[in-house]
Amino acid sequence: MPEVTRLIYKYLRHDKKFPHVWCPGCGTGIILGALIRAIDRTGYEKDDIVLVSGIGCSGRMPVYVDFNTLHTTHGRALTFATGIKLANPNLNVIVIMGDGDAMAIGGNHFIHAARRNIELTAIIVNNSIYGMTGGQYSPTTPYGMKATTAPYIHIEQEFKISELAVTAGAGFVGRGTVYHAKLLDGLIEKAILKKGFGVVEVISHCHVQYGKQNRLGSAVDMMKWQRDNAVTVQRAKRMKPEELEGRIIIGVLTDKELPIYQDEYDKVKERAKEGLSSLGG
Amino acid sequence: MEKRRAKEFLMQGNEAVVEGALAAGCRFFAGYPITPATEISEIMSVKLPLVDGTFIQMEDEIASMGAIIGASLAGVKSMTATSGPGFSLMQENLGFACMAEVPCVVVDVMRGGPSTGIPTFPSQGDVMQARWGTHGDHPIIVLAPSTVRECLDLTVKAFNLSEKYRTPVIVVFDEVVGHMREKITLPRPKEVEVIDRIRPTVPPEWYIPYEDTTQGVPPMAVFGDGYRFHVTGLTHDIRGFPTLRPDEVGPFMERIHRKITLGLPEIHMGEFFHLEDADIAVIAYGSVARSARRAVIDAREKGVKVGLLKLMTLWPFMRGAIERIIQRAKALIVPEINMGQLSREVKRVNEGKAKVSTINRVDGLTITPGQILRRIREVS
Repeated sequence: MPEVTRLIYKYLRHDKKFPHVWCPGCGTGIILGALIRAIDRTGYEKDDIVLVSGIGCSGRMPVYVDFNTLHTTHGRALTFATGIKLANPNLNVIVIMGDGDAMAIGGNHFIHAARRNIELTAIIVNNSIYGMTGGQYSPTTPYGMKATTAPYIHIEQEFKISELAVTAGAGFVGRGTVYHAKLLDGLIEKAILKKGFGVVEVISHCHVQYGKQNRLGSAVDMMKWQRDNAVTVQRAKRMKPEELEGRIIIGVLTDKELPIYQDEYDKVKERAKEGLSSLGG
Repeated sequence: MEKRRAKEFLMQGNEAVVEGALAAGCRFFAGYPITPATEISEIMSVKLPLVDGTFIQMEDEIASMGAIIGASLAGVKSMTATSGPGFSLMQENLGFACMAEVPCVVVDVMRGGPSTGIPTFPSQGDVMQARWGTHGDHPIIVLAPSTVRECLDLTVKAFNLSEKYRTPVIVVFDEVVGHMREKITLPRPKEVEVIDRIRPTVPPEWYIPYEDTTQGVPPMAVFGDGYRFHVTGLTHDIRGFPTLRPDEVGPFMERIHRKITLGLPEIHMGEFFHLEDADIAVIAYGSVARSARRAVIDAREKGVKVGLLKLMTLWPFMRGAIERIIQRAKALIVPEINMGQLSREVKRVNEGKAKVSTINRVDGLTITPGQILRRIREVS
């Protein structure tokens, strides 16, 4: 049996009505493929995986796969995931969000999950636009571009998702693109295996909304742009800041051992019980 | 000596809520500091780690509500506590819990509003928010204690109803009830009835997570149990997958309302005080019900045939009880620390039969027995 057939048979829901909701050529399917390959490589059982999403194109991902799946409210996926993980630490909780989901309405939840370094995996599909609602500008829409709510020109600066995650205290942060699919498999696998908050930002394309409004061509053209503008972390270290202007740095941006929320809370429980016994209770 | 010491405490309403929650099996609390509910968070942070539970202070009330839904889906009974401004933020995810049928308990210690309002003074201004705060048609159960002991008992009841009917349950009380101290005897664990959600017994391949049942409450699997089902806030079919089909959306919406309607005899709780021969009935809840009881006792001493319906369930509204009362009573008095919220519901059920008068107060103080007594005299 070819590998792809085995993965499809094992991980896609047989009772779910296909086709999926994504437009032809969308990057989200490639990310779902990378996620499935990564999970398969970690060896975790399907029963132990919880896939949580917010709202938007990426939010529809969990429904197709045969895990414990939860499609939450807009921007709040990490809060639900926090509750799941703390209630049952044996579950492996993976959260999939879009750039509007994670950076705009859910931006506060994102930085606090990173700060706590709670053991969750956060995958953020960054396509620089609100796709499902029809191409409005998002917190990652670059300055000077166009969107249905920026018909003349976009005047805000974009969030750098991965850099924000590093600063907020995430244990693992990686950035990939949908063009570099093999790298993406590896980044997601590392993030899942990481003890602590693991973030993978995936640069994707929305040729239907963002591409069309900004005349960036087809899905293939936009993926070629990813190929031509990506710079590995290793190469970026040897480049000057002006050379890196407008480029996408891909690879592992940070991977460090920080105190993990669950481990710290176990210490709280121990302390509480010690305190009680010292009171003679 | 040790043995004879009864388990009696001088306790706040807020403290009693925690005792009730722990007795009911709550092992997860997520909250955000807010007056006058903060004691609940603080005491939870002390007590939960002692029983291998988890307390977490989230970044806001939106996150708190999300976290308790997540914990419940992972099989742990969960709760949050807040006041008006935080309760407003919880409405979004509260609707999710109604839609996805996730048991959880939300405590709202009401303070004066709107907006930041009067944080340290009592109010009953969230009665309608508790019913209709989240968008869309949804069923909800709202309980209202008026004593410290009821804070404990109704919190236990809130957990039991939420588990049994797979629905969020809200416990609302005003700041007076939250902060007043009364003597309370804590029940022994075996004296507390604890109900747990029905879990599926069929093999995973047979499990249909949102299938209709005679009671309208499908068994609920827990993430990690091997059932691998889908949960969404979109309208969904019996398998839990999003659907737009009217023949699937309609029956789903009907079922989540029906399951609560079928439970009304158990959900409706109230105290019927001197109502048998009452020509006048006072209908009250929370701290106001305490003033009303005093007023009824004083008026009875003067020979006025007045009674009190103390509502312990605010929503679904106790229509049947009101209808029975107005078979005899000619006048209803509805005192509330708001501009008149539940009184609208009383008037709706009354349909003009009895004369309904309201006593309202929004100056930060509760309604006194004297105020109610005066009104009893006026209408008698």
